[in-house]
Amino acid sequence: MKLKLKQLLAGLGLMTCAVMAQAEEPLKVGFVYVGPVGDLGWSYEHDQGRQEMEKYFNGKVKTTYVENVPEGADAERVITQLAKDGNKVIFTTSFGFMNATYKVAKKFPNVIFEHATGYKRLPNMGTYVLRTYEGRYVSGVAAGMLTKSNTIGYIGAFPIPEVIRDIDAVYMGAKSVNPNVKLKIVWANTWYDPGKEADAANALMDQGVDVLIQHTDSPAPLIAAEKRGGVRAIGQASDMSKFAPNAHVYSVRDHWAPYYIKVVQSVMDGTYKPQDYWGGFHEDVLQLASINDNLPADVKQAINDTYAKIKSGELKPFTGPIKDNTGKEVVAAGHALTDEELAQVNWYVEGIDDKIPQ
Amino acid sequence: MLRLERQPQDSRLMAWCSPLLAIALTLAAGALLFAVLGHKPLESLYEFFLGGVKDIYSVGELGVKVTPILLCAVGLVLCYRANVWNIGAEGQFIAGALCAGMAALAGLDIDTPWYAVVIMLAGMLGGMIWAGIAAWLKTHFACNEILTTIMLNYVAYNLLQYGVHGPLKDPQGFNFPESAMFNDNHLLPVILEGTRLHGGILIAAVAVIAVVLLLRYTHLGFKITVLGRDASAATFAGFGSKQLTWIVLLACGGLAGLAGAGEVDGPIGQLTPYISSGYGYAAIIVVFLGRQQPVGAVLASILLGLTYLGGETSQIKLGLPVSLTELFQGMLLFFLLACDLFIGYRLRWIPRVHPA
Repeated sequence: MKLKLKQLLAGLGLMTCAVMAQAEEPLKVGFVYVGPVGDLGWSYEHDQGRQEMEKYFNGKVKTTYVENVPEGADAERVITQLAKDGNKVIFTTSFGFMNATYKVAKKFPNVIFEHATGYKRLPNMGTYVLRTYEGRYVSGVAAGMLTKSNTIGYIGAFPIPEVIRDIDAVYMGAKSVNPNVKLKIVWANTWYDPGKEADAANALMDQGVDVLIQHTDSPAPLIAAEKRGGVRAIGQASDMSKFAPNAHVYSVRDHWAPYYIKVVQSVMDGTYKPQDYWGGFHEDVLQLASINDNLPADVKQAINDTYAKIKSGELKPFTGPIKDNTGKEVVAAGHALTDEELAQVNWYVEGIDDKIPQ
Repeated sequence: MLRLERQPQDSRLMAWCSPLLAIALTLAAGALLFAVLGHKPLESLYEFFLGGVKDIYSVGELGVKVTPILLCAVGLVLCYRANVWNIGAEGQFIAGALCAGMAALAGLDIDTPWYAVVIMLAGMLGGMIWAGIAAWLKTHFACNEILTTIMLNYVAYNLLQYGVHGPLKDPQGFNFPESAMFNDNHLLPVILEGTRLHGGILIAAVAVIAVVLLLRYTHLGFKITVLGRDASAATFAGFGSKQLTWIVLLACGGLAGLAGAGEVDGPIGQLTPYISSGYGYAAIIVVFLGRQQPVGAVLASILLGLTYLGGETSQIKLGLPVSLTELFQGMLLFFLLACDLFIGYRLRWIPRVHPA
């Protein structure tokens, strides 16, 4: 009998050990990137967010990433493999992964999927997007004050709502400080292509643009602006100050870590709910990085003030009355666009002398 | 000292051994690379080449990856046998996908799975038209097909971009550059339960067999081979070289077009800006690795498919960077070219003669 008790105790001990080991098993979290982690832009910042999140959970989370995943038939396989490999949360970080993520999410109901910038959701699939237009509005204010030729240039990626919305925000910001400002837009038709982006930057500067704002991810436009001299440029996605020590105004940095921490924490707590997440200055997922010391004091002041106003919610860039550039009222007086409405912006605000490519 | 000298005749043995030797050297160099990176060489190699195909799903995925590459490669075998240097399988693939996509979108409401046949035929036609342009330019204006086909790749790519950003865009898609999803009923059927392996692989298998039979047993196959070996002999024999150029290019375009159609009407299920991840270019490597033989192309495309899948699994399991895939493919090609030298040449040890 004594022996049996001993055995029982030993068995219990083993069991507790096993339970403890299980509790200490880290939660596996997977990431899928469209670019290489060294792109210094979009994928780079997602990877920074991943690292910061993993550090935050201090051993309780183990992350895996797959980079340079084509947005064709391969994406579905990569996402499936991550799910089969035991990852409980999978972040797919490019719009082109939407349908692949959706298909895999249906097959793995016990895995949480989070897709950046898309619009399809499931009980185990949420979406997240940045209020990049908040950064753009500040950029518009800075550019409107800095421009001597009264001409700002915008390097567009693709004419999707996010980019159209950001162009509008830039123009409204610039107009608020400089009534004579003009905006010139060039479509690079790429998210990342240093060659094309530099060409676009040069084309804009040849037309008299002296402040460049880019929606594309490489530092090439900043380098082109630095080389030209007398031109200012605003960095995109990550801190790009080192590429243009003189021309750099500041960079609007994507800072994904707070969101990644939030989602992973909610999965650990069992409180995860899929949502259509929008985050900006207020949530600290969008930041202004490295405001250049060589800016005039009033410009620095205006940048900081506008940032603070948007962060506190005092200033909402898309508040009516707003007319589009055909004269039609698109936002009624006093109404601030909801997230759902923001997702469908497909008009240029009054004063932008251009047409959205169809 | 060692001297490299021309052999009186190409070594047939070496022609077949060279790819095997190249693979062996790639594995050896890969093992060294893994060791330098601080991973166990043999386990890493195993993970890289076979880690991706451990279960039925993964084997199906290998098939999904191999299908489009193989279809393009089989077509290219015909072209290269005839000395028609078609670099445009990529463009023909995209043109096929685009036409297939247009057919699929035009018939969204048609309620029969047989509509897939129409979609595939549209894709084949698209690829043939694309290759036909190059054939016409070559036979009428003696334009170099290397240049025309590579240029047409860019044209096809930009046409696709225009399509998905413009008229083919999903009206409910918030202006994102993608078409609507095709009707599920019209997609190529999955032939292995629990995987994405679709009917396209059967088309590829039929294509391989057809090209083997064509080259080995038919007069047309003979003419193609003669044209490739010696164009003037072909002309003397009265084989119309223009006609043969048309035939090989159209055949290749049709097969590449089918590959493109199979991608959009299979695993992707819609038109997007990125439907090919360089299948048309990968197929060129496959043809050379496979000694310009259809069966060789089958083996080579499986090997290449393994490196793609291996690149993904070694990122997931070993945390290795993606550039490894490209490095392996590059090494493979490099060693193959190096080994190919010994088909026509041999090394000989010549003792130094000292003057007495």
